[in-house]
Amino acid sequence: MIRIPPGAAIGLIVTGAFFLAALLAPWIAPYSMTEIVGDVWEPRSAEHLLGTDNLGRDLLSRMIYGARTTIFVAGMATALAFTLGTVLGFTAAVIGGWVDQLMSRGVDLLMSIPTLIFALVVLSVMPVTLPILIVVMGVLDSTRVYRLGRAVAVDINVQDFVEAARLRGEGRIWVIFREILPNALSPLVAELGLRFIFAILFISTLSFLGLGVQPPLADWGGIVRENREGIVYGIPAALVPAISIAALAISVNLVADWVLGRTTSLKGGRGV
Amino acid sequence: MSDTLLDIRDLRIEATVYPPGAAPFDTTIVDDVSLSLEKGRVMGLIGESGAGKSTIGLAAMAYGRGGIRITGGEIWLGGRDLRKLGPRRLRGVRGREVTYVAQSAAAAFNPARRIMDQVIEATLHHGLASRREAEARAVDLFAKLDLPEPETFGRRYPHQVSGGQLQRAMTALALCPRPELVVFDEPTTALDVTTQIDVLAAIKDAIRDTGVAALYITHDLAVIAQVSDEIVVLKDGRVVERGETHQIIEAPREDYTRALVSVRSIEHKEKPPAGEPVLRVDDITARYPGTRFDVLKGIDVELHAGQTLAVVGESGSGKSTLARVITGLLPPRAGGIDFAGRTLAPALRGRDKQDLRELQMIYQMADVAMNPRHTVGTIIGRPLQFYFGLRGRRKAERVQELLDAIELGEGFVDRYPAELSGGQKQRVCIARALAAEPRLIICDEVTSALDPLVADGILRLLLNLQKRENVAYLFITHDIATVRAIADSIAVMYQGEVVRYGPKSEVLSPPFDAYTDLLLASVPEMKLGWLEDVLARRRMESAGH
Amino acid sequence: MHPVVKLLAQRIALGVLLLLAASVLIFVGTEILPGDVAQSVLGQAATEQALANMRAEMGLDEPAHLRYFDWLGGVLQGDLGVALSNGRDIADAIAVRLSNTLFLAGVAAAIAVPLSILLGLLAVRFRGRWPDNLISGTTLAAISVPEFLLGYIVMYFVGVQLGWFPTVAMINDRMSLLAKLNAVALPAMVLTMVVLAHMMRMTRAAILNVMQSPYIETAELKGLAGLMVIYRHAMPNAIAPIVNVVMINLAYLVVGVVVIEVVFVYPGMGQYLVDHVSKRDVPVVQACGLIFATVYIGLNMVADIVSILANPRLRHPK
Repeated sequence: MIRIPPGAAIGLIVTGAFFLAALLAPWIAPYSMTEIVGDVWEPRSAEHLLGTDNLGRDLLSRMIYGARTTIFVAGMATALAFTLGTVLGFTAAVIGGWVDQLMSRGVDLLMSIPTLIFALVVLSVMPVTLPILIVVMGVLDSTRVYRLGRAVAVDINVQDFVEAARLRGEGRIWVIFREILPNALSPLVAELGLRFIFAILFISTLSFLGLGVQPPLADWGGIVRENREGIVYGIPAALVPAISIAALAISVNLVADWVLGRTTSLKGGRGV
Repeated sequence: MSDTLLDIRDLRIEATVYPPGAAPFDTTIVDDVSLSLEKGRVMGLIGESGAGKSTIGLAAMAYGRGGIRITGGEIWLGGRDLRKLGPRRLRGVRGREVTYVAQSAAAAFNPARRIMDQVIEATLHHGLASRREAEARAVDLFAKLDLPEPETFGRRYPHQVSGGQLQRAMTALALCPRPELVVFDEPTTALDVTTQIDVLAAIKDAIRDTGVAALYITHDLAVIAQVSDEIVVLKDGRVVERGETHQIIEAPREDYTRALVSVRSIEHKEKPPAGEPVLRVDDITARYPGTRFDVLKGIDVELHAGQTLAVVGESGSGKSTLARVITGLLPPRAGGIDFAGRTLAPALRGRDKQDLRELQMIYQMADVAMNPRHTVGTIIGRPLQFYFGLRGRRKAERVQELLDAIELGEGFVDRYPAELSGGQKQRVCIARALAAEPRLIICDEVTSALDPLVADGILRLLLNLQKRENVAYLFITHDIATVRAIADSIAVMYQGEVVRYGPKSEVLSPPFDAYTDLLLASVPEMKLGWLEDVLARRRMESAGH
Repeated sequence: MHPVVKLLAQRIALGVLLLLAASVLIFVGTEILPGDVAQSVLGQAATEQALANMRAEMGLDEPAHLRYFDWLGGVLQGDLGVALSNGRDIADAIAVRLSNTLFLAGVAAAIAVPLSILLGLLAVRFRGRWPDNLISGTTLAAISVPEFLLGYIVMYFVGVQLGWFPTVAMINDRMSLLAKLNAVALPAMVLTMVVLAHMMRMTRAAILNVMQSPYIETAELKGLAGLMVIYRHAMPNAIAPIVNVVMINLAYLVVGVVVIEVVFVYPGMGQYLVDHVSKRDVPVVQACGLIFATVYIGLNMVADIVSILANPRLRHPK
């Protein structure tokens, strides 16, 4: 039986609710994503719980469909970043030598240019479609995962218990999967949470700049962009995504913190 | 009593523990401790780790480290109860009436400031002398403590001097404000044994010359016997026994003290070598990749079945490198290794499963030598499965046999390393090595990280297992007492070479070469006046030259 | 040669090398990808002939490495080329905007740096008590909201509801300093909030790390008072990590500026870059990307240089 502290429980529930909403969008959204159902920027009402947007579409429905796009793109990008980053990072750590040097210097170079700037440079010549967004975000973010994965693996690789396994004659597969991976898992899982939050913020920023998810598809950053004109007239429709982004980010953070804390305590609290 | 300097009454100290992922809780680390010290006397506080000796030492300055709180009792120093002083008046006592010498001077000195500034800082801060006077006193102390070029020594930065020198500079730092009391917290523990004796002598002389009183904290009874007038024995935050030094050493009253005094007195008669050697190291020379310096130079040793070869030396002598060469982790530049009648491939990669199985290794730090994510059952069971293909019931039975052999018994199979004590961890590592049914086990400083009594238990276990399994040990250590307890033959290493090699009785009997002589003479003995004897002998020898 | 000089030379050489490599990366990033600039500018519907003309005009039919060296040669002489969208000289357009951006970032840094160091010190002083918890809580909230949303939140509440400052940060050369400051008040406030949280947290960690060193205990046991311990013993060792933190966050600030400029319609580099990404104006994007990368790499290099200079082991070798 795992005891879940209240903070982590709230985090799990909220995160789960967001994912569920994203998954079930067509069934739970009260209106369609594109249908114009009312006046421009109607205030909150019984029919439109969050009011309507700049074209008179139901804001709640757009938020729910937006969750779908945003979480999907961020999730895929994170998955790509993680696969790429951990595989390459572990490989660099275990093989070492010039392979490690080559990959690490390449990553240094990619990281020497701010992520957003580099994404803008690339997107200036690429057609902006969902797969391209996912690949660009995933590749750029994999540099962070690579650094962490490599550092953690290098750290574990020089521990006496790994040396003991090598002296026993164990193969590379056992060393990576039975000795290194179980010990690298907790920092990696915590990082997974952080990278996912970063991806949510990043895709929202790109969409806000008009370089991410393209209309008529709804996503949280795009909703801000569409409704930003209203702010000056005191219409807060553009701020609605702020609440959902912050809520999702904080709840994922709480879960990640708990995972990290729980798994380090297994090591006897030394937090190697 | 007018000349009582420090009087601690019914001291109680608590700390809050923050285990990750669980609620914090309070624990008592010192309970009901009373002690009193007269002016100019030296009191030794001795105990194993967790005895609370450092905590009590710092309590003499009314100081608690981290989350440590003094929650009960009185601390009288020079006629005032420090617990009743406000922070301002307390600061007036610290660094003026009581000073402190930390275990690791390397960490206790600020890396960004010159040694002189730090040594005289307290003196100037409390307005005890002008800068010129304070510096003159510091130079005096440097000279008294045998530091090189005392006039200019203080101009250096901490990283520019050696560990032993820094430890002496820390003593100068403590003595500079002419305090009434100095707390020495394991000041020689981090030093090599040949350095320790010089620092110990310097500290002892300085205490005698300045007439200061001292609390001397250590885990090594032999060290404290040399410097203290009286001894307080601590265990789990309580006083076990107290008395004059000669009484504690020569006629301890409590069982626990008796155990501490008789520690490392395991009697082991060397066995004569018989038959073919199981290991023959033939003229090995080795260096680390990317360096231009041989860390091993022409090493030649042999080890017979069921016997123990102790490789002894100080840090940097190359003794651990020898283990890496034998295990194949560092292929030698020249020379060869014969093992059980076969020639071993120089690199790990070239060795077959039988070579690997018959040559096992036990590490110094048991807690990092075991995968923290594996249970004891997995750790011991893996070699059984890997080398002998044991599975299921037969594996489980064999694991339990091995657990019995290391005297752990039932209920350990499902535990994780973090749930074991230091001694238990080392025992599991021994079981893992035994599981391979090896001919030779390399033991790399396996007892150095353990408390003396626990270490004794491990040594006895190793001796019993050797008798039963006829396994040979290559025992790497810096500790002569351990060598006496376990070795059949000895190789003394110094700067990458074996300077003395042979059966134990020969190596440990005169005539000695210069280094072995220095090494043997530097190991503190549980005997009053040992330090004076050694120093007197050295003076005579240098006078004779 | 003194080891510090050698290390500094190495670090600066590395910075230059990194910058060169970054310029290659930026150039390649706009080259090897599907479609070329001519296609982007003219769109999918363009005829083959129009594309060919455009390519010839832009020199796109030359091999890529030649065009790279042309471009780099121009950049080194201050010639950033002309914008495709309006044919104006890029260097001229950037000069004004760059100074605007640096003004905004400078104002934000002038507030954020001292404030975050002060708050970081406070958090250390009251470790584990409410000021510390408040600071960690705010940090978590701040990293959970993207910069642009923080911008609109501030705009909505401070600009619209309270009406304290203009919601659109218009700025030009004829304005007085005070008028300029009033114009950038909201964006500067948002940028401050964005970096404050990070900087505070990192400063706190840096100081805590130093405060837990045994030599701080030594100083306390000498009877020194709290502030004196910090001033004499913690500061000399904490200065390098703190400068490091500041530099890293300034680099972060330079990137944050891009988004905030768009939010507040501020005529700086960021808005210029984003506009021309939408217009697929590659020469402008390359030029802006290179300038941002230069600032970023430069600040990171300064951080490393300070660390080298502040290390007593390197300054006073054995």
